[in-house]
Amino acid sequence: MCPEAAEEPSVFKSRVGLFWLKKTETMQDEKVDGDYGLIINGHSLAFALEKNLRLELLRTACMCQTVICCRVTPLQKAQVVQLVKKYKQAVTLAIGDGANDVSMIKVAHIGVGISGQEGMQAVLSSDFSFAQFRYLQRLLLVHGRWSYIRMCKFLGYFFYKNFTFTLVQFWYAFFCGFSAQTVYEDWFITFYNMVYTALPVLGMCLFDQDVNDRWSLYHPQLYAPGQKNQYFNKKAFVNCVMHSCYSSLILFFIPWASMHDTVRDDGKEIADYQSFALLAQTCLLIVVYTQLCLDTYYWTAVNHFFVWGSMVAYFSITLTMCSNGMFYMFTSSFPFIGTTRNSLNQPNVWLTIFLTFLLCILPVVAFRFIFIQLRPTINDKVRYKMRTEELPVPAPRRLRRRHSTRSGYAFSHSQGYGDLVTSRKFLMKRSTKRAPLFTQTDSSIFQNQPQHYRTIAEEAEESQGHSP
Amino acid sequence: MMASSYNAKEEDGHHSGASSGTGLSKNKKPDNTAFKQQRLPAWQPILTAGSVLPAFFVIGLIFIPIGIGLYVTSNNIKEFEIDYTGVSSDSPCYNCAKNFTWNTTEPCVCTVNFTLLQPFESNVFMYYGLSNFYQNHRRYVKSRDDRQLNGDLSALTDPSKECEPYRKSGDVSIAPCGAIANSLFNDTLVLYYVDSNNSKIEVPLVKKGIAWWTDKHVKFRNPAGNSNLTLAFRDTAKPVNWAKPVYELDPSDPDNNGFINEDFIVWMRTAALPTFRKLYRIIQKKSGTTPTLPNGNYMLNITYNYPVLSFDGRKRMILSTISWMGGKNPFLGIAYITVGSICFFLGVVLLIIHHKYDNRNTSADIPS
Repeated sequence: MCPEAAEEPSVFKSRVGLFWLKKTETMQDEKVDGDYGLIINGHSLAFALEKNLRLELLRTACMCQTVICCRVTPLQKAQVVQLVKKYKQAVTLAIGDGANDVSMIKVAHIGVGISGQEGMQAVLSSDFSFAQFRYLQRLLLVHGRWSYIRMCKFLGYFFYKNFTFTLVQFWYAFFCGFSAQTVYEDWFITFYNMVYTALPVLGMCLFDQDVNDRWSLYHPQLYAPGQKNQYFNKKAFVNCVMHSCYSSLILFFIPWASMHDTVRDDGKEIADYQSFALLAQTCLLIVVYTQLCLDTYYWTAVNHFFVWGSMVAYFSITLTMCSNGMFYMFTSSFPFIGTTRNSLNQPNVWLTIFLTFLLCILPVVAFRFIFIQLRPTINDKVRYKMRTEELPVPAPRRLRRRHSTRSGYAFSHSQGYGDLVTSRKFLMKRSTKRAPLFTQTDSSIFQNQPQHYRTIAEEAEESQGHSP
Repeated sequence: MMASSYNAKEEDGHHSGASSGTGLSKNKKPDNTAFKQQRLPAWQPILTAGSVLPAFFVIGLIFIPIGIGLYVTSNNIKEFEIDYTGVSSDSPCYNCAKNFTWNTTEPCVCTVNFTLLQPFESNVFMYYGLSNFYQNHRRYVKSRDDRQLNGDLSALTDPSKECEPYRKSGDVSIAPCGAIANSLFNDTLVLYYVDSNNSKIEVPLVKKGIAWWTDKHVKFRNPAGNSNLTLAFRDTAKPVNWAKPVYELDPSDPDNNGFINEDFIVWMRTAALPTFRKLYRIIQKKSGTTPTLPNGNYMLNITYNYPVLSFDGRKRMILSTISWMGGKNPFLGIAYITVGSICFFLGVVLLIIHHKYDNRNTSADIPS
């Protein structure tokens, strides 16, 4: 299989995680010189899962395209999954429909239960469940992929908007004697995450799709970025922080330079603390909303309503808080009276806002455009194709009605494994020889016959040693 | 969980997937609506050359004229600034600055002479500017009582705790309380034009109309009940560092006395940055073609009351004309011109990149 491979399987110890705290042992993948498959039944697996052989089993199994373990006990199913989880640092998915699959479903990272012939036990212990095995394709390629993309976009955007918000305060500290004076109004700080930027992010995370479901199924390669964790990792986080730093520098220093020693068009004050706060927070919100608009790829009516509604809400809430009525009612709470009326009617305030907005957004647009031109990802290509081409009509699916449907494809059992369970082989104790209850023609352990494996090319003389 | 519960016997009907409820007691199948099946009609924009490149060019072409307009406007604004702190020994106010004590009853007067090279047209605004003065310090900013300044009678005699330590003087409440009010700028600046005969002509300075309308008429109100302000403020004390109480800020004009004194209002609107200017007086434009301030020699008479040297601050007087974009600030003009040019240049670069690499993109096959 692998001529240059080492004799003994080896594990590679390392530390992973956010601060490299978690210790792991990983078995490396090895190059194989062909396509192989492995079929192993429960009795053999009992030996193969012993401590001295399990790494060899894993190594061999990982060199194969497919591994079939037949007639295994529920505990062995779980043990196989656990073996892969521990030594391969991979995300595992287990799908099953019966009560015997429950332990496997629970052990895997993602457990999928099929509700059907075998009852509801698998469903009750699973993370996802559906009625037919073929829905697994949709679960992974459409919903799983969308979920990953939405989660990564949400995280990236959330960190961006909060870092930008906070770093502007940091730059202001250099100009207020490090006295922790906030550059924004107190009410704005309260409402920023709760009201102004809450709903637009929610809209993006609920509805966003980069390609629609039919194209997702047609191009399964789109699933690869999720497997490689490309959209939110340490590098993406550092990018996000640097983007926030740049945005915050623009969002503070452009208003600072523009308001430095300036006055209104009738000579009165505009560089006071309240007007500066209003200018800084308006710039911040407009930039943050536009960044969200650039991140949203799927604009439903709900998204439109959330984004434009939040912007309108910001202006109306701010105008209300600076109005005479609120000041008369709660004098100490709303000291910003008159600020919007006196500063937002100045052309140089709006020119500053426009300049800040463009300086923050244009580099993002330019970068994304350059990357689409020079290094288009699969996503970019499919999205471009989606716009210009029509999806080929899918072949009509034959509806197959089967009265006795077996729904477990990876694991099957026909004669039962009572002997194996009672033999206690997998508990790694020697068993006593017992007369078989049923004639077993496929287990060489009891019959002392060597296993005869055939390749696919050979004709099967009689069905022996294969899973039905 | 996307489970659809059904009896085992009925499984065939559900294997087809599209059938509606076949008379079951509970069908947990999600509705086949566009909202729940994520098929809502949507706009799906992508960044194509057809949208990005024109945007860059248009922005570049818009910004450059705006920037030029702003820069030219700013250059046409005339501004004159003179620092009168008196740091160096040869400046006129050196003695006043050096000999300052809090107990002087004799005000110290110094005179600064300067020359305007160009005449100032239209309304001229006289500002006083301070540097290294942190009106935006957090403890300073919150040291005020807006209810007291709005004329609330209960707050007049019982001001807010935020004003500490400038809340009470002995047992009597201070009105107006707080550190902001206590540090009111109290230099007096008088401007004289020295004509060819060496005679001094006083330039008329208007002291009203310098504060925001909302401040003067809504935010700041004198305590009601008496048109006689002395009586209204009888149970209060003046701030510690003031020479006169608040009802003597401008006894000649009741509309500018007490809390609604415009110099006081302008000072209470705290500045955002440590270097700032505040409107002091307005010089109205003269009728006809006479310039408001003709070029020539001027004399500035300063009653030096405000000490800034202890924290290394600086004081200056600024005379400035105004335009539609405010005072003289070339930053916006230069910034617009710079951004416009960079945008245009970037548009050209992106156009080149697009031409070179676009063929690769459209014909690229998606690897399977």
